[in-house]
Amino acid sequence: MLNTYLELIRIRFLMMLAYRVNYYSGMIIYSLNIGVYYFLWMAIYGENSTVNGTTAVQMATYVAVAWMSRAFYFNNLDREIAEEIRDGTVAVQLIRPYHYLLVKCFQGLGEGLFRLLLFSVPGLVIVSLVFPIHLPTDAGRWLGFVISLIFAFVINSQINVLTGLMAFFILNNTGLIRAKRVLVDLLSGLIIPIHFFPEWAGRVLSYLPFQGISYVPSTILSRGLPMEELFRYLGIQLLWGILLWIPIQLLWMTARRRLIVQGG
Amino acid sequence: MRSIEARGLTKEFKVYQSRSGLTGAFRDLFNRQYRTIRAVNGIDLTIEPGEIVGYIGENGAGKSTTIKMLTGILEPTGGCLRVNGYDPHREREEFVRTIGVVFGQRSQLWWDIAVKESFRLLKKLYRLSGEGYRQHLDRLVEVLEIGPFLDQPVRKLSLGQRMRCELAAALLHQPRLLFLDEPTIGLDVLVKENIRRFLKQVNAEYGTTILLTTHDLSDIEALCSRVVMLDKGNIIYDGDLERLRTQWGDGRRLILELKEEVPSFVLNEKTRGLSVKWEGEGTRYTARLEKGTTVSDVLSRLVPAVAVQELKIEEATTEDIVRRIYREGAAHA
Repeated sequence: MLNTYLELIRIRFLMMLAYRVNYYSGMIIYSLNIGVYYFLWMAIYGENSTVNGTTAVQMATYVAVAWMSRAFYFNNLDREIAEEIRDGTVAVQLIRPYHYLLVKCFQGLGEGLFRLLLFSVPGLVIVSLVFPIHLPTDAGRWLGFVISLIFAFVINSQINVLTGLMAFFILNNTGLIRAKRVLVDLLSGLIIPIHFFPEWAGRVLSYLPFQGISYVPSTILSRGLPMEELFRYLGIQLLWGILLWIPIQLLWMTARRRLIVQGG
Repeated sequence: MRSIEARGLTKEFKVYQSRSGLTGAFRDLFNRQYRTIRAVNGIDLTIEPGEIVGYIGENGAGKSTTIKMLTGILEPTGGCLRVNGYDPHREREEFVRTIGVVFGQRSQLWWDIAVKESFRLLKKLYRLSGEGYRQHLDRLVEVLEIGPFLDQPVRKLSLGQRMRCELAAALLHQPRLLFLDEPTIGLDVLVKENIRRFLKQVNAEYGTTILLTTHDLSDIEALCSRVVMLDKGNIIYDGDLERLRTQWGDGRRLILELKEEVPSFVLNEKTRGLSVKWEGEGTRYTARLEKGTTVSDVLSRLVPAVAVQELKIEEATTEDIVRRIYREGAAHA
């Protein structure tokens, strides 16, 4: 069983290699984003060395780590699923002996691992030479970060799957997908760390799954969290990872029942 | 255990109807009207292991919908369905291991990677291993002649090459039942023939049951012993091809050109007692042979008396017959 899913990851690797241009352009886009947000934040800091309890170096680290993590957890599962529903290839997927959504998630993982190994890790090394960022050296924090990043991947993929599955009900959900992407980038703390939000907004966000996508892993690595808080955050991530399966399963079951294969 | 057993199999779709005009479109925003369409209307179908069955019908007759229910993609609205002993929709993941499916219009190989890699993934998916698998694969590659392009990505293959790879992919796990949804669509004559020969071989060697939908009736003639015909969601014919011909075909026609003019009553006189209808006059005549009359019966009586210059025997092709059924509808069946 595991064997099958490992094979799926391998195939995704091969497919990513088949489209190398995408990979190169992705690299440029991410480097630009890191650069832009770094200079933006440094302009906001100005003469101050600390804003909101975060030092400039921590902020720079946060920006670099957040974007490099995004390269791992980001995927286009929503678009892929929606497309397969629209053009009817989902039918072909259903004659294979596997769980369609699980397979999709593993393909996403293959894509994420590809970018992590070939892009994030070397990228982070280069960025740490160019910008004054500070990566921790203690293994505990890295471990916390890795676990949290895996959860981030799970939560983000689940949200993507949910968005993609909406195509069963609204045939053209490109708008929804775009809105979701902007929303996730903003609410996950990728663009602005959540403790920079007004207090009421921060409280609302703490009840939503989005913080688990970017804010939690990036904070663990850039600022560090006390043990107790670290476990609390990981627990919240785990909880969302479990909770989000429920709507997905419900949606998937209804969808399969009322599936009409487009185009015969 | 039967390959397919369906009783009262029904599929209904809810289709949403749009009202016309701008006001209509606006009203649709708040209150949609639905209409229920019965794509498959309570059909009974039993297929025994080892059969090759042709499933035909006009566009929109419900063929694809049936296939999608039989393969577990769609959930039937009503009726009983067992395929290979499974309930296809409920036990999908277990069930699909026992079937192979080829959709002529959709590729199920991975578009961007080499055919070989697709096979490797399928091998893992179906948990195949060992010497048996290797031999089977080698044989598929050899018979389908796909060896030379195993290293190419699917998107670079021609349709004929791709189709042969699809067949190999559908048969890798040696399924007991093979569904083919228009497998020869858009292929040239040679490839078609190749594929037909291969399917016959698979059926004979492994006893694979095959259910085939097609619009190309020569596929049916070449492969199927049994035909199931669907019209507006109902089965209007289920039986062998020969009976379809006798039931629907209007017999053979014998076209004669005589050396000299002969009045038609002479011919009628000569063939008295045989069920033959003569048409024409002068030197050209057409004889319609009804059931039980053979060409040699007619000729043996005619030739001693009348000088025949040329003769031609015509038979309604399956295509003619099917065209007639489609046109005249199920009323006669």
